[in-house]
Amino acid sequence: MGDFHHNEADLKTFRSRILLAGVVVLLAFSLLLARFIYLQVVQHEYYSTRAESNRISLVPIVPNRGNIVDRNGIVLARNYSAFTLEITPAKTVGLEATIDGLAEIIEIQTKDRRRFKRLLEESKNFESIPIRTRLTDEEVARFAANRYRFPGVEVKARLFRQYPEGSLAAHAIGYISRINSKDMEWIEAEGHSANYKGTEHIGKIGLEQHYEFELHGKTGYEQVEVDAGGRAVRILAHTPPTPGNDLHLTLDARLQQVAEAAFGGRRGSLVALDPSNGAVLALVSSPAFDPNLFVDGIRFDDWDELNNNPDKPMLNRAIYSAYPPGSTFKPLMALAALTQGKRTPNQAMADPGYFNFGNHRFMDDKVGGHGMVDLYKSIVVSCNTYYYQLANDMGIDNIARFMGELGLGSRTGLDIPGETPGVLPSPEWKQRRFKKREQQKWFAGETISVGIGQGYNAYTTLQMAHALANVLNYGSVFRPHLVNTIRDPSTGEVRQVEPQPIRQIPLKREHVDLIKRAMAGVNKEGTGARAFAGAPYESGGKTGTAQVFSLKGQKYVAGQVKERLRDHSWFVAFAPVDTPKIVVAVMVENGGFGAQSAAPIARQVFDYYLLGKLPGGPAPEVEAPEDGPETQENGNGPD
Amino acid sequence: MDRIKRWARQILAHLDLPLLTIVLMLMGIGLATVYSATSADGFAKVDNQLVNMAVALGIMVAVSQTPPQKLMRFAVPLYVLGVILLIGVALFGSVVNGSRRWLSLGFVRIQPSEIMKIAMPLMLAWYFHKYESVLQLRHFAIATLLLLVPVAFVLKQPDLGTSVLIAASGFFVIFFAGLPWKILLGLGALGAAALPFAWNLLHDYQRRRVLTLLDPSSDPLGAGYHIIQSTIAIGSGGPFGKGWLQGTQTHLEFLPERHTDFIFAVFSEEWGLAGNVVLLILFSLLIGRCLMIAAAAPTLFSRLLAAALTGVLFTYAFVNMGMVSGILPVVGVPLPFISYGGTALVTLLLGIGMLMSIHTHRMLVKK
Repeated sequence: MGDFHHNEADLKTFRSRILLAGVVVLLAFSLLLARFIYLQVVQHEYYSTRAESNRISLVPIVPNRGNIVDRNGIVLARNYSAFTLEITPAKTVGLEATIDGLAEIIEIQTKDRRRFKRLLEESKNFESIPIRTRLTDEEVARFAANRYRFPGVEVKARLFRQYPEGSLAAHAIGYISRINSKDMEWIEAEGHSANYKGTEHIGKIGLEQHYEFELHGKTGYEQVEVDAGGRAVRILAHTPPTPGNDLHLTLDARLQQVAEAAFGGRRGSLVALDPSNGAVLALVSSPAFDPNLFVDGIRFDDWDELNNNPDKPMLNRAIYSAYPPGSTFKPLMALAALTQGKRTPNQAMADPGYFNFGNHRFMDDKVGGHGMVDLYKSIVVSCNTYYYQLANDMGIDNIARFMGELGLGSRTGLDIPGETPGVLPSPEWKQRRFKKREQQKWFAGETISVGIGQGYNAYTTLQMAHALANVLNYGSVFRPHLVNTIRDPSTGEVRQVEPQPIRQIPLKREHVDLIKRAMAGVNKEGTGARAFAGAPYESGGKTGTAQVFSLKGQKYVAGQVKERLRDHSWFVAFAPVDTPKIVVAVMVENGGFGAQSAAPIARQVFDYYLLGKLPGGPAPEVEAPEDGPETQENGNGPD
Repeated sequence: MDRIKRWARQILAHLDLPLLTIVLMLMGIGLATVYSATSADGFAKVDNQLVNMAVALGIMVAVSQTPPQKLMRFAVPLYVLGVILLIGVALFGSVVNGSRRWLSLGFVRIQPSEIMKIAMPLMLAWYFHKYESVLQLRHFAIATLLLLVPVAFVLKQPDLGTSVLIAASGFFVIFFAGLPWKILLGLGALGAAALPFAWNLLHDYQRRRVLTLLDPSSDPLGAGYHIIQSTIAIGSGGPFGKGWLQGTQTHLEFLPERHTDFIFAVFSEEWGLAGNVVLLILFSLLIGRCLMIAAAAPTLFSRLLAAALTGVLFTYAFVNMGMVSGILPVVGVPLPFISYGGTALVTLLLGIGMLMSIHTHRMLVKK
């Protein structure tokens, strides 16, 4: 009886607990359902995005870099495809062992290893770094057969930059090299980071750098589905890259070649402009270098040689080396005098052969002087006394103002980086330049040295050519530029660079014409006559000499001075005189008198440009005229 | 001919049609999902699973024909054997993946903890049945001890998932045997108080799993990876899923253990919330039917056994879906009838067979 009751109660308890269990099950499953609704409805978008980013990887496709061609279509920079053997250090099993193993089947030289080590230091571990470039087909096949032995090693087809003309115009064109952290900062600052995913090379100097973002093109993308192991499963979408724009230069490669050859290895620079529009026809910095060396990472010994060469081939002298212009400054001084009304064309002075200032005597180069000298004659015979007097009459402020308007002492804005502004001396400049009070004061005697292009004056060949072009152009200033047009190879769109003058200097036509006549006189009967003897075209010029070494009153005899201490030879010129098509500024370091080294180079350049005449060899050194061309009075103020 | 027909009818008579239908539907879903999860290997896994299913269904049919009184006879020997084997594992077991779970008997490797999932409810149901008329509190204490010994061994292996299931199976017997609520709540409070100590007893990786549950992103490539990838799979499935064989998380191999413990994420990614609801309904119906069987069971043994087996089934399903969707720590529990693998399937269908037996033999007992 009791047992039965007991069982009945137990059964009741059991059944109520079964019911409870049922409720618990439903509650638990409701909890799951709530979780599913949360994940799959409320948060669905978020998790969809996560799933998509899990599976989709964007693989950048680097665009073809734009070509660089000269004004006549001669290719100066282009791309070619070649196989490289690349190692991803993070994926290898023992880097040294891998390289040693590779060396057994493919030739790997010590210099290859050295370059690899250097690139490794510069890069992150997960990048792939070339150990060998330009594999032959046979080497590619040999590696393919042994591929399984080398995890983390791949043969890749890559585009390489090539400069078919070698060192020709190397300083103007520049080169590309692997992107470093500084380049990355620049790319980021310019807001191009996204477009450089996958890009490994960047322009380092010259046009390659200045027009980097034109040349680079737009990176394409491949949307690739990847699995958890990062392996590509299939391509979902393909956005092709847009190739970079081509640069069509104003530069004339053959003229450039003639100009470079004319230097014959001597140190110096030359800039040839079309005065009517500022187009750079030639830009020489001698000696030059072969930009091809840099493309796949320069080898250590090559770099060492370039760096330690006393002639500094990497230095772009045309835009970065500023020297006193010497007497090439005189035509500009004469124009300043005419423009500012300090001289008239016919106003003449008697030259006794010296100019006294305070207790200092500034000497002319010609003992006894040039006699009666007017403005025309002052240029043709390069009379110092005339300009001592003129500078003194004008005063430094007027000189600085006029020369500043001509473009001296500031960057011309040429479309390659690295220009120096040079030095346009003025009391303000001196105050900025020196820290000590006693050094900051401008002495009137310093003005007199400035008047003949010596003293603190320091300009580049580019600036001198630019200033002369501005004069010949009657004051219309065009920014010097190397690129004529930028062309989009896919759309054919052509953009002209700088077709308009950027400013106008108030110059009188008759003043400019007088200067032109006087400079023509230099090449006919003056210091340039010997270099231009027999030229079938009429040209104008002016020689100049920048003193390197002060002989403290001793007579300068070029032959007795060590080569490195010889004066720098300057020459500025233009032709034809009536409507100048070309203006050049030439500077030969330690070339002696301007007429001696620089003028013959200008002659060869003009002969080629105007007549198509190719020179037989480097420009000869012309003997200095008997009377001695100019003096170098390094007047750092009255002693 | 007639004999065969009669024989067949007799066999069919001991199968419960609702249970069989639901289980077959779940296994069908399982096969389709295993195929999706392993389609990279072709049909190899699906073929294996078909064999597993056939074997497990055979066992189910056999067990269903066995009256509960006969099943009761297995209770003590199976339990004793299980404990001995667990001791054997602790002493001579082989270590796989850092856990000592397997015992090699020369010709076959067995996982004794799996036996315990069935042996435990059998043993405790038998125990309470034996002392049905004189049930006192000490019997509950002894039952608890009988439960804790094997659980401790399994926990020590370590195998958190299996120990949870064994503990659950035993607990359900004790609960349904009528352990008074006062004691139940008291033990619950005690357990909560002991939690910090239990925490210290856990293995590092077990602790990490719990911590990872709280914040999966703390270890995205390590322990958190499973949970992160499975919640991404489930969430990206959305209301209607990406379609069968279309799950990117699955087919691009972002999901780990996708044909075994994490198969629910595969299903969920491809069938979405709609699929999940269907699955929850099927499990609810299954458990509901099992509870009905338990409620209708004639003896204390069969009642307790049926209820406990139901509880285990529920625990399996809830813990698995809970861990894959990120609300429970990751413990090694497969999704019943769906996850790939023979062992769990055999255990589960053995339980289903027992439930069928209990249900189809109830009239005989009453008589």
